[in-house]
Amino acid sequence: MHSFGYRANALLTFAVTILALMCAMASISDNFNHPTPSAHVQVLNINWFQKQPNGNDEVSMTLNVSADLQSLFTWNTKQVFVFLAAEYETPKNSLNQISLWDGIIPSKEHAKFLIHTSNKYRFIDQGSNLRGKEFNLTLHWHVMPKTGKMFADKIVMPGYRLPEEYR
Amino acid sequence: MGWVGEQMDSIKSLQIRQVLTQGVSLGMIVTSALIIWKALMCITGSESPVVVVLSGSMEPGFKRGDILFLHMSNDPIRAGEIVVFNVDGREIPIVHRVIKVHEREDTGEVDVLTKGDNNYGDDRLLYAHGQLWLQRHHIMGRAVGFLPYVGWVTIIMTEKPIIKYILIGALGLLVITSKD
Repeated sequence: MHSFGYRANALLTFAVTILALMCAMASISDNFNHPTPSAHVQVLNINWFQKQPNGNDEVSMTLNVSADLQSLFTWNTKQVFVFLAAEYETPKNSLNQISLWDGIIPSKEHAKFLIHTSNKYRFIDQGSNLRGKEFNLTLHWHVMPKTGKMFADKIVMPGYRLPEEYR
Repeated sequence: MGWVGEQMDSIKSLQIRQVLTQGVSLGMIVTSALIIWKALMCITGSESPVVVVLSGSMEPGFKRGDILFLHMSNDPIRAGEIVVFNVDGREIPIVHRVIKVHEREDTGEVDVLTKGDNNYGDDRLLYAHGQLWLQRHHIMGRAVGFLPYVGWVTIIMTEKPIIKYILIGALGLLVITSKD
């Protein structure tokens, strides 16, 4: 009844149960945080805009991204992954999402930022539909917790337009 | 008399009826573990509801040895999601983030490009030769939850099989010899 094995087993079971309970509670506590992030993006320049030999349009642009994501951080937040995607419709595709820039925010102190960058990933369409195309810039974020459920949300900024001519 | 001696005595004193009972209880433990796993498969809709992160390509978000809980719903795949995918000709599934999505108007099929947060370039080098995009059927699930460190147990057990056999043997012995 009170052998070493039984005691070790009871202790281990108890410790694991408490740990699991604490992890669950930490994850649940994230639900009480109601973040109010803000973002602003400016397309400063179209660096170049051309049709590739294989027929796909490609554009390169310079962006100013400013955002305040401090309210996303709670005590269970390990990091926030943030990225800016261009989203548009074409006759062939009902949705195109192309990530233009992304970053990892390790702590609350770095969550208010202003970044001046050209697109980190190539902005290539499937086809030749980008001339004069209206597109949305959407700032997405994925909150990675220390443990538990991951959260994601976005801010959509509509009303951007690509030039009518290649350059 | 130490703990080992005690266990030896309890093995010697086993009756045939007792052996059967222990056998059944051992079977119960194994089948209940199987039931839980299969139930998780049904609930999450993913063929492996829990995966262990094996590489550092998603650091600092996911480290080697962390556990991810997967979910496979019919929701469309969107940029930013962390998906687990299988590439033709590769056995080990990869956990990376979606950075580009092109969804067809007529069929709803998707072309997806992924990248590891900690990798410099996108995943086209990892895909099968000449493959530019992932399709829906490559994707096993998307990560929804996260638990650190627990996966080290399975990493150690696959890399050092001897530990696995010792552990299984010890547990089996405990189940057989336990009386209650």
